[in-house]
Amino acid sequence: MPGFVILALAIMACAGAFAAPAVLAKEVRLIPQWVPQAQFAGYYMGLKKGSYKKRGIDLTIIAGGPLRQSSEYLASGQAEFATLWLASGIQMRDHAVPVVNIAQMVRRSALMLVAKKSSGIISPQDMNGKKIGLWEPVFQIQPSAFIEKYGLDVTTIRQSYSVNLFLRGGVDVASAMWYNEYHTILNAGLNPDELVTFFFYDHGLNFPEDGIYVLEDTFNQDPDLCKAFVAASIEGWEYAFAHPEETIDLVMANLEDEHIPATRVHQRWMLDRMKDLMHPLSGGGISGALKYDDFARVAYSLKDFGLINSIPEYNAFYRKCYDESHQ
Amino acid sequence: MMKVTNRGIAFKLNLWILTSVTLIFAVIFTYTYLFTRDMLIAKIEQSAFDLARATSEDIDAVLLSVEKTPENIAVAMEQFRPQSGAFTGLIQETIKRSPEIYGATVAFEPWEYSTNIRYFAPYYFKGRDDKVEFTYIPYDYIYEDWYQIPKELDEPVWSEPYFDEGAGNILMSTYSVPFYDLNAPEKKLWGITTADISLAWLQEIVQAIQIGETGYGFLITKNGTFVTHPNSRLIMNETIFSLAEAKDDARLREIGRRMIAGETGFVSLDCEFSGQPCWMVYNPLSSNEWSLGVMFPKEELMADVFRLNKIVIGLGAAGFILVMFIIAAISGTITRPLRALTRVAEDVATGNLDAEMPEVKSRDEVASLAHSLDNMKTSLKDYIRDLTDLTAAKERIESELQIARDIQMGILPKVFPPFPERDDFALYADVEPAKEVGGDLYDFFFIDEERLCVTLGDVSGKGVPAALFMTITQTLIKTRATQNLTAGEVIAWVNHDLAQENPSFMFVTMFFGIFNVKTGDLDYVIAGHNPPYIVRANGDLEMMPSTKGMALGIREEAQYSAAKVTLSRGDMLFLYTDGVTEAMDPQNDLFSEERLEAVLKEHGRMKVGDLVKHIMQEVHSFADTAPQADDITMLALRYTPE
Repeated sequence: MPGFVILALAIMACAGAFAAPAVLAKEVRLIPQWVPQAQFAGYYMGLKKGSYKKRGIDLTIIAGGPLRQSSEYLASGQAEFATLWLASGIQMRDHAVPVVNIAQMVRRSALMLVAKKSSGIISPQDMNGKKIGLWEPVFQIQPSAFIEKYGLDVTTIRQSYSVNLFLRGGVDVASAMWYNEYHTILNAGLNPDELVTFFFYDHGLNFPEDGIYVLEDTFNQDPDLCKAFVAASIEGWEYAFAHPEETIDLVMANLEDEHIPATRVHQRWMLDRMKDLMHPLSGGGISGALKYDDFARVAYSLKDFGLINSIPEYNAFYRKCYDESHQ
Repeated sequence: MMKVTNRGIAFKLNLWILTSVTLIFAVIFTYTYLFTRDMLIAKIEQSAFDLARATSEDIDAVLLSVEKTPENIAVAMEQFRPQSGAFTGLIQETIKRSPEIYGATVAFEPWEYSTNIRYFAPYYFKGRDDKVEFTYIPYDYIYEDWYQIPKELDEPVWSEPYFDEGAGNILMSTYSVPFYDLNAPEKKLWGITTADISLAWLQEIVQAIQIGETGYGFLITKNGTFVTHPNSRLIMNETIFSLAEAKDDARLREIGRRMIAGETGFVSLDCEFSGQPCWMVYNPLSSNEWSLGVMFPKEELMADVFRLNKIVIGLGAAGFILVMFIIAAISGTITRPLRALTRVAEDVATGNLDAEMPEVKSRDEVASLAHSLDNMKTSLKDYIRDLTDLTAAKERIESELQIARDIQMGILPKVFPPFPERDDFALYADVEPAKEVGGDLYDFFFIDEERLCVTLGDVSGKGVPAALFMTITQTLIKTRATQNLTAGEVIAWVNHDLAQENPSFMFVTMFFGIFNVKTGDLDYVIAGHNPPYIVRANGDLEMMPSTKGMALGIREEAQYSAAKVTLSRGDMLFLYTDGVTEAMDPQNDLFSEERLEAVLKEHGRMKVGDLVKHIMQEVHSFADTAPQADDITMLALRYTPE
């Protein structure tokens, strides 16, 4: 990272010019795995409110999206920090990209299946003989395990990112993120009492989702930076949950900058669900810990479905960066 | 606060009449308003439906004609299985000929067009200057809604609208028709044909709906997404349901559900754009099941009714004020003379009977009241004058009566002891006249050296006649007693004289006695009178035996016999009239002979003057507050020879 070194030198050179005891802010970049919606509001609020700055981090957030894959940015060094699903992180490590998880932010899976009660589906067994919409492979692991678990005979249909196929009756069961597509379905006029939902979390198939990743080198060179980054991110998230309107203002402004159509109600729903997903059910704040059980469940499932060749070593993959004394 | 009942007539008239008028007006106004409003609403509803249907039909006409193109191509593909050059030419030609169609394709299932080609979807579209251009759809189109939905549903489908970035970010919708490989043993999808249309014309049609200043139309898709709306922020961004969520409006959500369910309706709600209350009519498009909503601003459409209301209220207010003035004027003509009459009545009440009557020109109740008041004043005047005369007459009579009474009392001897040179007997008498001139009498006189006449009587009736009768009686007794007659003869003669000239049938009861002061013998006659008592020197009380004979003055030839008692030294003769025994206390109990006898037994030894005074005292304290009804007369004579 020559740019980083040059910049650091430049800052050191400049430091003499300032009378005050200069804290050398480290310039880093974060790329979330998708567009700057409320799913990533905590990082943006942490940046806006100075959570990173006061820990000596000069952060730039690169908006993710279909044209900017966070995994690619992380692997190529275009960003020092990235958010990824746990399954994606494990896959990357299996594909010889030395990423490490420094904080598991979302510890509950938001992935779910949803069906209309009018299609006769009330329980998992009712899905027999029905058409199920599934997303790309990384989102198929849990539904596939679900189908296997309940011994279902179903037709799987590749589902795009619109829910229109489901709304029009092209599939009986749709994949959905609780914080996103489920709300889109509600806002297409279906009432919650007309729908039946299957959260994988409730069916023993919890896959933790968004986590913060760095390259192994980054962690080894500056573990304090990683710890500071995680602490600042948690602070940003807690601030966002405590100030939803201010947070949604920022989210809406960011989405407008990216020319992404958005509605406040949808972003509010998403922020509320992120709060549900990030705060432990038992109460308390965000911990950032990746439990071995969760890691193992995801890794073994990936291997079972042939998406990875070998299971990464837990201690090498996960580097604890949060300070439990803060909790 | 002053109570209504205490207010003047003008106030009451105003209050009640104006209240009634206001109520009547309010009822009429409300009815008229409701009637005209409902009539207007019915008309608006009708024309709203007409407008919504007409607009829907306009849109459907275009969409239905567009549907024909991919449907025909699909039929051609199934029936003729044309070669690439043939169907691509067909697509090109249809695009050229259909001004509404922006682009079209025939997209095949993977490997179905050729075993060498996975995805085959030649796409023709209108470029600059409507020149038809060509490209292959470069991506995994089989997972696109326009491909996947008709494929899974096995039927033609209009897509949700989307922005086509390649075509200058215009709003598009695609009609997709599946076509099948009829050579396959089972029904097998071969591909999808499509026609893309720009929705700009559709937005124009809906935006052209202008109702008043603020009315508008909008279109939502099967998902509730806004396709057109005057608030451009909503278009392709919000659904009617997200709007309902933002506004926390469950009713709007329900309306949205009815709209996307293909229902038709007329509802009242707040306009999303202007914030004003609106009616909304909604009607589905039959082609793509979208729903057209048209907002009718209530205030603008009801402006005529509101203006009419204002005019009616204005007229009502003017009428109200007019009625108020009329009532004030009418009540003034009534109350002004009434107030004047009241002043006169007050004057009269204070005694001024000469108060001047106000002039009343009308001939109504007030006039007759004034007339009556005038009559009353005159009558009062006459009455008071009569009363004054009468009072004067009465006063004169009363003063004359007083004189008569003084004269009557003057006749009775009032100086005691009457014979101070004599000590062989003591005599005391007293009369307590009742208020009016009474008829009691007593007298005593010597007719020679030894004989003393004692008389006590009670004339029937009261007043002047009784007094005169008494005077006559007394005079007659004195006259006859001095003619040396016996007691019986004296009384017989007096009776004869009185009865002879007694047209008014008056009478007098009487005790008459001739007492010989030397011997103590007493000859006496009791003519219908209370028998007197003798209190013996030892205190024994005797009632004197009665004698034969009735009261004097009744029958001319009545016979009277005399009796005789002898008084010893210290014996006392006690005479009285029934004024003593018949004196009444407030409970109407009589003093009675028993009480008199008890007093005489106890105090019979007192000096005659003291005894009479004492009995008088006893009678008075017995009567207490009860008025004295009759003269009270007593005479006591104690024989005290040497």
